Amino acid sequence: MSKPKIGFYWCASCGGCEEAVVDLAEDILPVVEAVDIVFWPVALDFKRADVEAMPDNEMAVCFINGAIRTSEQEEMAQLLRAKSQLIVAFGSCSHMGGIPGLANQFVRTDILDRVYYDSQMVVNPDNIRPQEATAVNGDSLSLPSFDGAVRTLDQTVDVDYYLPGCSPPVALIVQAVTAILEGKLPDKGTVLAPDIALCDECSRKESKPDELSINKIRRPFEIEINQEDCLLAQGLPCLGAATRSGCGAACIEGNMPCTGCMGPTSRVSDFGAKALSGLASTITGEEEHDIARRLEQLVDPVGTFYRYSLPMSLLKGRAISDKGAKA
Amino acid sequence: MKQRIVIDPITRLEGHGKIDIILDETGNVDHAYFQVPELRGFEKFTEGRPAEDMPQITSRICGVCPTAHHMASSKALDALYHVDPPVAAKKIRELVNSAFFIEDHALHFFYLGGPDFVVGPTAPKAARNILGVLDKVGIETGKQVIALRKELRELITAIAGKVIHPVFGLPGGISKPLNEDIIEQARTGADHAVEFGRFCLQVFNDVVLQNEDYVNLITSPAYTTNTFYMGLVDQDNKVNFYDGQIRVVDPEGQEYVKFPANEFPDRIAEHVEPWSFVKFCYLKDVGWNGFEEGRESGIYSVAPLARLNAADGMATPEAQSAYEQYFSVLGGKPVHFTLANHWARLIELLYAAERLQELANDPDIAGSNVHTIPDATPDEGIGIVEAPRGTLFHHYKTDERGVITRANLIVATQNNAARIAMSVDQAAKAMIKDGKVDDGILNLVEMAFRAYDPCHGCASHSMPGQTPLILRIYDPEHQLIDEIRREP
Repeated sequence: MSKPKIGFYWCASCGGCEEAVVDLAEDILPVVEAVDIVFWPVALDFKRADVEAMPDNEMAVCFINGAIRTSEQEEMAQLLRAKSQLIVAFGSCSHMGGIPGLANQFVRTDILDRVYYDSQMVVNPDNIRPQEATAVNGDSLSLPSFDGAVRTLDQTVDVDYYLPGCSPPVALIVQAVTAILEGKLPDKGTVLAPDIALCDECSRKESKPDELSINKIRRPFEIEINQEDCLLAQGLPCLGAATRSGCGAACIEGNMPCTGCMGPTSRVSDFGAKALSGLASTITGEEEHDIARRLEQLVDPVGTFYRYSLPMSLLKGRAISDKGAKA
Repeated sequence: MKQRIVIDPITRLEGHGKIDIILDETGNVDHAYFQVPELRGFEKFTEGRPAEDMPQITSRICGVCPTAHHMASSKALDALYHVDPPVAAKKIRELVNSAFFIEDHALHFFYLGGPDFVVGPTAPKAARNILGVLDKVGIETGKQVIALRKELRELITAIAGKVIHPVFGLPGGISKPLNEDIIEQARTGADHAVEFGRFCLQVFNDVVLQNEDYVNLITSPAYTTNTFYMGLVDQDNKVNFYDGQIRVVDPEGQEYVKFPANEFPDRIAEHVEPWSFVKFCYLKDVGWNGFEEGRESGIYSVAPLARLNAADGMATPEAQSAYEQYFSVLGGKPVHFTLANHWARLIELLYAAERLQELANDPDIAGSNVHTIPDATPDEGIGIVEAPRGTLFHHYKTDERGVITRANLIVATQNNAARIAMSVDQAAKAMIKDGKVDDGILNLVEMAFRAYDPCHGCASHSMPGQTPLILRIYDPEHQLIDEIRREP
């Protein structure tokens, strides 16, 4: 019997998800023995034409990381969907939009001007911008088009499973690959990580007060961060209570607050709303204006609560109202 | 009739790219274009964010070199808040950066660029990769590479919280001191890394330098590009990855200029082309004169070859002797052979390992004071480090609350973008003759960019939203007969 074929691809991403696969280290050797990797641009020389030549459903599974912003990314996602029995959205960007999704707060023209005209070091007297089609020395060259907003993978193609995290924890990748190879898969649409909040696996759990009350929100550089106590109790906006576990509380082990890259548990539809209401309920004050003033200490609510999930949120962001945006 | 060959996607690099090769009527190359077809938008969407989030947000520019962005960003925050981190914090940051250079350079040699030599430039495409390397060098050697990378990445995790993406950088220092276990882990890792650095240079010697065909390939005009070179140097003009001044040498190897980080915006400018999303950097004083070589063209290069050219030597003993051998074998300074980046990268790997060993054994890293709490009002800050792929520049302006009003980022690969475009064009012209093209020949073209270890994750950090469309219609003599525009 031939080995199952698998693929990896990246859309609007940073490459950290590929590194996470490489971080399987020696654990990747039995995987490589058990499967044929037929597409993985970071490491292998197979091209788009090789994928186009495959029959439909040729791959047992394709792991796709990165958000969707360009026509090329959309075409590749559709192509890989057609060629794969299973699609796994791999990492925060394909799962929820990720940090590049913060761009949905801005409209395209602001960004265009900022990058190509109004940038301190750009010298561009002819006001040139990259073009979808251009001619140089009589040769026509093309670039992909850009959508009005960043989308998640499942806003683009049908997705079977999700591996959360920025980047996904190695242990979860191993579990997911094993489950797929053994055919022991949960229901379609499952997020392949424990369905409990991060606080439940945090080593500082014991120091989290039952009734939290924060009278001043702190920024991490303003204080000497105690390495033992609950970060929320120290006034830092740690999002562990709203965030799915499975990362080993890595940021907290680094003595910094959780920023929510694993996304919500299955019981929450809007991550940021959950995180915001969780934090807001701990803010204390005698009068309403005391509370308002304390909340003002949080200088960037969108970036704090929707750092990885703006495109999948109910808010979606300003960019989707921009003309040409896709639904 | 003109023919077109498209390599899509280009492979064994970080991020997206394609090469569009136009052949003339005789089947020879008119021009080859190296394009970056993707963008994201960090300069714009970081506006409104608290500055202290920047080390974590900008690390998402690149998950292969997140540590480099994290470092440049943390240094920019020090400058922004006018705060000087305690000595322990500075040395721990440099220690992490050194460990990162080793595992990252190893990634390139064994996974990305090295397969072209270890397996062969025109080997079957299914074998030209890490799996082919494991077949060649043996699984036991392969396991050593995997184990060393894992050991160093676990060290970074222990200190920085996560390796993809670190969380420990703060204005004024880092988030936690090192305990004895971590220091011991660093010392052991450093010893292994130095051995590994020697081993890598030995592999390079055995596989590449002892193979006359490979040496001829490296020194061939197909892969030779004459430009300026840039890199960070210490007070003795030795290569430094974490701090120092920026030194630029001209195509003859003479110092052209040396300047501190905060002069970077005055010295460097960015040029825009309509056929790629990447902006092309050049030396402002020399000027942009098209994709041309030589000292009349402001195009410069960064990354390993450039750093060795721009410095007078290495600050550690074994790397220094490797440096001397390098220039002696390759015919003196400067070296213009693009493929010699591979060798330079391994010399740097050994330097990073020796430097890691020095820092791991430096009593200062055990200091408990690793964070100076800033008390000045933030305004503007610049941070520069050397990333594995070259000089990396972060520049922030904020309001008095420390909220970003302006961010400007010049990433390593952007500094190299113009030279990479020229190198790919040169290689295509040299390798494709009379219409003869196959997978091996196209890989020889790809090797021209791969030597730089470009990172298009980094290069595509900016984002223009939707592009305007201009459709130009030409007659067979290339005369423009119509133009249709659609503005966004």
